[in-house]
Amino acid sequence: MREMIVSELSQALHEMARGFAHFLPRIIVMLILAALGWVIAYVVKVILRSILRLVKLDKLSENAGASQLLSKAALPSPTEVLSRFVFWIAWLGFILLGVSVLGILGLQEQVARFFLFLPRLFVAMFIMFFGLLAASFFSRAALLAAVNANVPSPRVLSLAVRSIIIVFVLSIVFEELGLAEQTMLVAFGIAFGALMLGLAIAFGMGGRDLARRFLEKKIVRGKKEANEDELSPL
Amino acid sequence: MLLEARLHDGAVFRTETKVAEESYLTDDFLRQLMNVGEVDILVGLPTHNNAKTVGSIVHTIQSGILRGFPRERAVIINADGGSRDGTPELVTGVSIDDVRPASNLQALRTLHSISTKYASSSRSASGAFRTILAAAELLRPKACVVMSPESANIQPEWLSKLLRPIFDDGFDLVTPIYRRHKFQGLLITNLLYPMTRALYGLRIREAYSPEFGFSGRLGSQFLGQNVWSDETEGAGVELRFTLAAITGKYRICQSFLGDKDRIERRAVDLVPALRQTAGALFSALEPDFPVWSVVTGSQPAPTTGSDQEVLLEALRVNRKRLREMFLAGIAELESVFQSILSPSTLAELQSIAHLGEEEFRYPAELWVRTVYEFAASYQKSVISRDHIIQALAPLFRGRMFTFLTENRNASAGDVEKNIEDLCLVFERLKPYLLQLWKTRE
Repeated sequence: MREMIVSELSQALHEMARGFAHFLPRIIVMLILAALGWVIAYVVKVILRSILRLVKLDKLSENAGASQLLSKAALPSPTEVLSRFVFWIAWLGFILLGVSVLGILGLQEQVARFFLFLPRLFVAMFIMFFGLLAASFFSRAALLAAVNANVPSPRVLSLAVRSIIIVFVLSIVFEELGLAEQTMLVAFGIAFGALMLGLAIAFGMGGRDLARRFLEKKIVRGKKEANEDELSPL
Repeated sequence: MLLEARLHDGAVFRTETKVAEESYLTDDFLRQLMNVGEVDILVGLPTHNNAKTVGSIVHTIQSGILRGFPRERAVIINADGGSRDGTPELVTGVSIDDVRPASNLQALRTLHSISTKYASSSRSASGAFRTILAAAELLRPKACVVMSPESANIQPEWLSKLLRPIFDDGFDLVTPIYRRHKFQGLLITNLLYPMTRALYGLRIREAYSPEFGFSGRLGSQFLGQNVWSDETEGAGVELRFTLAAITGKYRICQSFLGDKDRIERRAVDLVPALRQTAGALFSALEPDFPVWSVVTGSQPAPTTGSDQEVLLEALRVNRKRLREMFLAGIAELESVFQSILSPSTLAELQSIAHLGEEEFRYPAELWVRTVYEFAASYQKSVISRDHIIQALAPLFRGRMFTFLTENRNASAGDVEKNIEDLCLVFERLKPYLLQLWKTRE
């Protein structure tokens, strides 16, 4: 009995040692890949940071309003955020590559899914950045046009333009990421509808007096202007 | 492309067009130009739906040619932006025989009128001018003149006044001087003239004008410049032309023409006017930096006739609205101004916005600093360049209010002195612009 136990134990230990010996090179490969990945990711980060500083991404983001969003979230500059993000993505990619070398069933599938998700993540980030840029540009254009046309409450108009574009961009981003597509579709529909309804009610009810004053002013001024001399600036 | 045509006297008219020109000059237009051959005088007439006025303008031009240049070969080139009211037909349909009995003069040469359509777009003014310059390059006139199709006060003598200095005295550019009301052309008197003078060192009263004369060599040189495809989309190309003449050290003079169109009873859109003047000037500053950065002071330009005449008749101007729009701009555009202006300038603007109507003044020095900071921000594109120009509009209205208030009861001499004082402030603060330019680099 005792001999049998010792024999079984020594066989188990042998198998474990053989398994470990079989597995050890894979672990070493994984560690090498992780270390190499860190070095490559770090180099990519440094190069990317230099390029982004060269193209003045921070200034662009400041104009787009993205910098303000980041500072509100206590995050560093967009250049830093993007370069760190790329570093982690690249390193994580190498680590997962190493993990897949281990040959653990199930994990490989998750790794493949992660790599398939990466392009969508980048596209979503791209859409988000340029969406913010477009929102900032068009809201400022609306603000300037409204101020120069002497339209009442130009900032409300500008804010409405910005909100509509951001809501629209967010819905595209979530759809691209494949996150809660149905929920986002419904939420977008509700939010957009509510916004439009709110604007309609605001104009119809809240802005009733304002609209009356505006129209009166326009009509009365129109009559007045017929007797006024317009100055040609040129 | 080599063009060749036999002239009336048997000589062969041969010229080579640049490849770029081929794309915007139609074959039919080129054929018409070849039929005309070389000329002495070219009159450019850019039009777009000007049927109401263009007939009388062409009559006046023809009369001007008959009176001033009866022996010279002349052509009227109408560059039309796709009029739908029959403008080109009116231009080519006006016969010089209609003018002859009235003027009792005979032209010894044929006066040609050619109309062509250029690609109509937002950049219509530059498209028309480019077509006229390309035609001038082919026809090799001694002197060219561009006339406005809308001018209500154009006189036949204007042609001689704009062409003679080129024809007889070898000048390359003749800019007009008009008799204006003291409150007309405030963008010219409060921004364009003083700033152009301070930066480029030459006192040209109307650097941006719909009427001007120029030599063929200046036209050819400008045609080859890269101003047709830049971001301004050709807005204010006439101003760029004047600046090119200054930076190219061409001979420039001014000629007094007469009354500018009187005060118009229609809404005036300030923003397009700013794009054509301030926008064009700001965009020229970058390529012209080596020239204007070394200029100090300013020199008068040679002038024929009066160098300024001001009308003083009473006007009903809504000054209150100008101030209201300035205040609205200061209140609503703070975030935009933060990107463009220095904190101290913005703080000063906000402080004058709190003044009552009677005390409100936009001081000359603050105005000049504002304009210079806008120019520097434009150069660095801190935000969209067009947005920078649009943001200047409410501030300019504040300056208009101040000018109207300060000169309400001013005599012609007082108005001139105030404009001269403003010019001197622009000249005195020029180092500030240079400093902004360098620090922002």
